[in-house]
Amino acid sequence: MKLLPFEKPLAELYDKIAQLRKLSIEGNIDLSSEIEKIESRAEQVRKEIYTNLTPNQIVQVARHPHRPDTASLIRLIFDTFVELHGDRLFGDDPAIVGGIATLGKFRVVVMGHQKGHDTKENIHRNFGMPNPEGYRKALRLMEMADRFRMPIITFIDTPGAYPGIEAEERGQAEAIARNLREMAGFTVPIISFVIGEGGSGGALGIGVANRLYMLQNAVYSVISPEGCASILFRDSKKSDIAADAMKITATEIMKLGIADGIIQEPLGGGHHDWKMVAQRIQETVQAELLNFKSLSGNEIKAQRYAKFRAMGRFLEPLE
Amino acid sequence: MSIIDWFAKKEKSTGSSERLNIPGDVWVKCTSCSEILFQKDLESNQKVCPKCGFHFRISPEERIRYTFDTNTFIEKDTTLGPTDFLRFFDTESYADRIRKAQSKSGKNDAVVSGTASINGLPVNTAIMNFAFMGGSMGSVVGEKITRIIERSVEDFKPVVVFTSSGGARMQEGIMSLMQMAKTSAALERLTEQRVPYISVLCDPTTGGTSASFAILGDINIAEPGALISFAGPRVIEQTIRQKLPKGFQRSEFLLAHGMVDMVTDRRELKTTLSTILTTLSIPREPI
Repeated sequence: MKLLPFEKPLAELYDKIAQLRKLSIEGNIDLSSEIEKIESRAEQVRKEIYTNLTPNQIVQVARHPHRPDTASLIRLIFDTFVELHGDRLFGDDPAIVGGIATLGKFRVVVMGHQKGHDTKENIHRNFGMPNPEGYRKALRLMEMADRFRMPIITFIDTPGAYPGIEAEERGQAEAIARNLREMAGFTVPIISFVIGEGGSGGALGIGVANRLYMLQNAVYSVISPEGCASILFRDSKKSDIAADAMKITATEIMKLGIADGIIQEPLGGGHHDWKMVAQRIQETVQAELLNFKSLSGNEIKAQRYAKFRAMGRFLEPLE
Repeated sequence: MSIIDWFAKKEKSTGSSERLNIPGDVWVKCTSCSEILFQKDLESNQKVCPKCGFHFRISPEERIRYTFDTNTFIEKDTTLGPTDFLRFFDTESYADRIRKAQSKSGKNDAVVSGTASINGLPVNTAIMNFAFMGGSMGSVVGEKITRIIERSVEDFKPVVVFTSSGGARMQEGIMSLMQMAKTSAALERLTEQRVPYISVLCDPTTGGTSASFAILGDINIAEPGALISFAGPRVIEQTIRQKLPKGFQRSEFLLAHGMVDMVTDRRELKTTLSTILTTLSIPREPI
């Protein structure tokens, strides 16, 4: 698996282990105790690295090419899943996948941004950057969910909505804005999970939720650290400072009252164990669906409105 | 993403009048056609170039004067102001940026809101101010816009918003992004109450502002030549590595692509608004 730049100390240990293994086979010598020692040392190093990640390192984990993707998580989490396609207006956007699913007795509509794990997949998925038809497909599915009284589960994992000529022509701004407004009006619960990158309006476009969870190494930001650095710091290489300044990690987003919970990842990041990630999300989905079962449609809508209504920090001295 | 263009433009100072070095600021050069204009003529023409029709960016005070009946504008939420809750520091601190923008403009933040009348018709209104940190939307802008919408949910007065904004205010991090959802959620309530909302998109309206309340008008009106976009031209050029077509993301382009209902000359805006509001509003007993 691809090691991230800050995992370099691990790379050296893994190399050593590989060398010893090779040596023990070729020379037919028992080096298992040495190998074990280095393995436990590697585990120790991994723990040290991962308990003190900087925001910029977390961004790299969130973008890891082998990070669990929406479609894979959906298949691991739900008992059944039928994928549905198209916005009925223009096309089908592979950057957003969605459909109907069941989990025990629950029927839900589930959707999310879809990234790929290699170049070919990423080109097909447009690196998880939707065009307007992606948001319109999402809206179509959410409207259906509202009609058939199905809770909505969304997975957020995008660098942002696609900035392209055609996207502008077809109304990227309108597609996102409409979703924001319409999601506010639904009377079924919306539960969202930021599983990787929560990139700006492109993330929020499927994220106006009653409850928002973040994976431990997911990030959520108004602009990418690189974008922020190039505008405010006039140097895109200062993205590490920008990542820190914007407070984009799960812990910070939770502190600001935007996220409701953090889902712990396996040591070394979610890409090491997709099943564990899926299982933890599944438990949260089940718990939340039970929570909302006792609420009426109007109560669900009011809860969501109150949540977003309270967002903002300002001063208001008396006149 | 969006505010990038504002910074790109700042250097060139497009859209703001280029003052000639003459005492008293008597003469102004049109940014578009380079005609030398008498400042007073320009002002009496609602800051539209008499020669080429170029629409200069204007302040909220000018907007109020040009659009509303004399002395009908009453400002609300005047004490609402920003705070540097993230202790954000780039090349300078957000706290310093706020102080500078406030002392330069005499305003708390990038939007002025209140009630007013247009040809006798009462409205709740907000006017964004691009001169204040690029009209960027932070908590204060989001809150003031939400409040006027919520007032209209109660009193059924139509909402008229004039946008001019580079997008979300990065110095407020994720909180600025959430203002998109907050304002749009308020509009959902307004829609439910069947109260008209007219959005007047002025130069520039980009990023988080365009992708929330700015584009959600029952009727969207754009001022001529305004830059209206989700992603800014520079971001798109960097992504696709191609030159953009002429007039891309300008008002007339959005009209052609069905995103706005009309492109209206500023000098006709008051009449247009008054006609639309009269026609659209459901007759109700006044509260």
